[in-house]
Amino acid sequence: MELIFIIEQVLNGLLIGVYYLLIALGLSLIFSLGGIVNLAHGAFYAIGAYLAVLLTDRIGFAGSLVAAPVLVGLIGIAVERFLFRRFYRSDPILSLLLTFGLAMIAEQGLRMIFGASPLPYAMPSALRGQVFVGDFIYPYYRLMMLSVAVVAVTLTWLLLYRTPFGRVVRAGVQNPEMVGALGISLEPYMMAIAALGVGLAGLCGVLLAPIVTIHPAMGAEILTAAFVVVVIGGLGSFWGVVAAALLVGVVRGLTSYFLPPASEASIYLLMLLVLLFRPRGLFGERIQKFE
Amino acid sequence: MIVKPILSRRALVQGAAGSALLAGIGMPAISRAQSDVIKIGHLTPRTGFLGPLGDYAVMGIQLAADEINGAGGVNGRKIELMLEDSVNPQTASAKAERLIERDKVAMLIGEISSASGLAIGQVAKRTKTVFINTGCNSDALRGSDCNQYMFHIEGANSMYVQAVAQYLLKENLVKGKKWYSLTADYAFGHDLLKVAKMFMEKNGGQFAADELIPTDISDFSPFLLKIRQARPDIVISNLAGNQITNFLKQYSEYGLPFPVVGFAFDTAVAWGLGKGNFSGVWPLVWHHLVDTPASKAYVETFTKKYGKPPENQSWGDYNSLKIVAQSMAEMKSTDPVKLAEHFRKGAKFDVMKKREGYFRAYDNQMMMEMYAVRAKKAADMKDQWDIYDALGTVPGPDDDLEVIAPPKGACNMA
Repeated sequence: MELIFIIEQVLNGLLIGVYYLLIALGLSLIFSLGGIVNLAHGAFYAIGAYLAVLLTDRIGFAGSLVAAPVLVGLIGIAVERFLFRRFYRSDPILSLLLTFGLAMIAEQGLRMIFGASPLPYAMPSALRGQVFVGDFIYPYYRLMMLSVAVVAVTLTWLLLYRTPFGRVVRAGVQNPEMVGALGISLEPYMMAIAALGVGLAGLCGVLLAPIVTIHPAMGAEILTAAFVVVVIGGLGSFWGVVAAALLVGVVRGLTSYFLPPASEASIYLLMLLVLLFRPRGLFGERIQKFE
Repeated sequence: MIVKPILSRRALVQGAAGSALLAGIGMPAISRAQSDVIKIGHLTPRTGFLGPLGDYAVMGIQLAADEINGAGGVNGRKIELMLEDSVNPQTASAKAERLIERDKVAMLIGEISSASGLAIGQVAKRTKTVFINTGCNSDALRGSDCNQYMFHIEGANSMYVQAVAQYLLKENLVKGKKWYSLTADYAFGHDLLKVAKMFMEKNGGQFAADELIPTDISDFSPFLLKIRQARPDIVISNLAGNQITNFLKQYSEYGLPFPVVGFAFDTAVAWGLGKGNFSGVWPLVWHHLVDTPASKAYVETFTKKYGKPPENQSWGDYNSLKIVAQSMAEMKSTDPVKLAEHFRKGAKFDVMKKREGYFRAYDNQMMMEMYAVRAKKAADMKDQWDIYDALGTVPGPDDDLEVIAPPKGACNMA
């Protein structure tokens, strides 16, 4: 019996990992290409959730699942064009301060507009219900969430590894000077990556809105775990982030089972161990500019 | 072209540290200096998992100050509020000291976290400043950690458990029943679990298991799976703040069939749930359906000012300031030592309930009625505020108010 329960927690942990993945992927992309440590990334996730609340009455849940990430992506474009772009060449501490400030402005902004109280939001009744597979239970909603996330991650992978756009981005990560010498400006690529990265965070916000508390500080809540995922996964590796997100989800799920008070600490312990033995992260590549 | 001169992987780890820092930054203080006013220090968490409740606390105390100042103040002096975000116990303690020593406030009101409440209570004792606790439930604050300057308008954990206990007993959900609890992993939760165990054991309940839940966790699915395996007869929430919202949203997502009961609750966290997510029986120190003239008038003025009805947390901070203003006017003094004496002599106060309340001299706990509510069915909810029905009031009309109070013994004021 015990084994069944552990398997159940592992499978559930994979599910938890999927939403870390949506946040961490954008974080990793923006850092790898632009060198910006985006502390405001969680804020985009929160804005996604708030947009879901605002839009669902008008265009339904499915509509907001498409519209909210697009809107968040558009905000990302504006932020990239007018703020990030000034800081690619400067000391990373400056962009750290910039995004730190942005995160606070976003959080307080949400608080001023919507108040600190959680906003009520429920999943569409069509998605209520559970699937039972033997001893296992899966809410329909999480299965839907899983499929949307898998589609989003697959499309991102195709974009990065199967298109000319992706080739330039990956070259830009490895050697921006060479890309420049070849006469390609990375600026439009950076703008697209920023839109994609924060758009994914916005998507995650919409997906989680029906099952977590929607409040102004929800972004800060999820951000630290996403950073841990990026550090564990290693830079420059798409699958590193994927593996790390799932690993973090499973570790967290299992500690929740065996030692709940340690479930929060467990992922930092994991990060510590990974950094001790693999300073570049699990699948981190050797990237000249970061060494 | 993009060139990064001093970029390194370390920046990323610094980022992780920075993101953790982000969670620990509080709201800026708002205060205006003015002479010949009565300064009142107000501390409450504005950020973190109790932040939503802190918002209501501030709305409540501001409404009270507006009303008092609008009516000419206290003995001709206006009330001036110094509002601070208490963040965590360390910050709460430092800010309490600063309010008392630098800003020279007459007294302190507020707090929600029992851990921060303890820290503020210690500062109150050392500086002989009256502190009225408006939101910390731990029995320990009324027991081993009590002191003569710390008063409690908020109900104690024991009182909350008593408020739902009679419905559990009536519906036969205790004797021989297996209960599974989820408990907030900090001072308040640990204290509540102890009180809950005492009640359940005394009445023949069977303890299945308890999970201590970190306050910053938002995914309850691992615990929901464990509850499902354990197949209890009843699930008990000893959670706090946003935890309750997260838990109930996911409990309904997983569609678990076991009845839910809470031993602590705030209406704001249920208003933030969304349709079809609310269930169970829950205790409250006050709710907006309490049927007294004072309560109705308060709901009306609050709703007019803020565009939404008040909840229990705004009740606590509003009534505390009202009680203080009333007492200071009666005594014609703002001396904190005299204020404490006045309270401890058993002065009675209208706190919007059927019966007047008073501070019990043994532990400075407000003796008053408590309430229980039951979640409405989604189809019966008329609007987003209409989420529960009043179940009743404890103690009954013929019982002494003290019957639900924490048991005596541990508190030594000397």
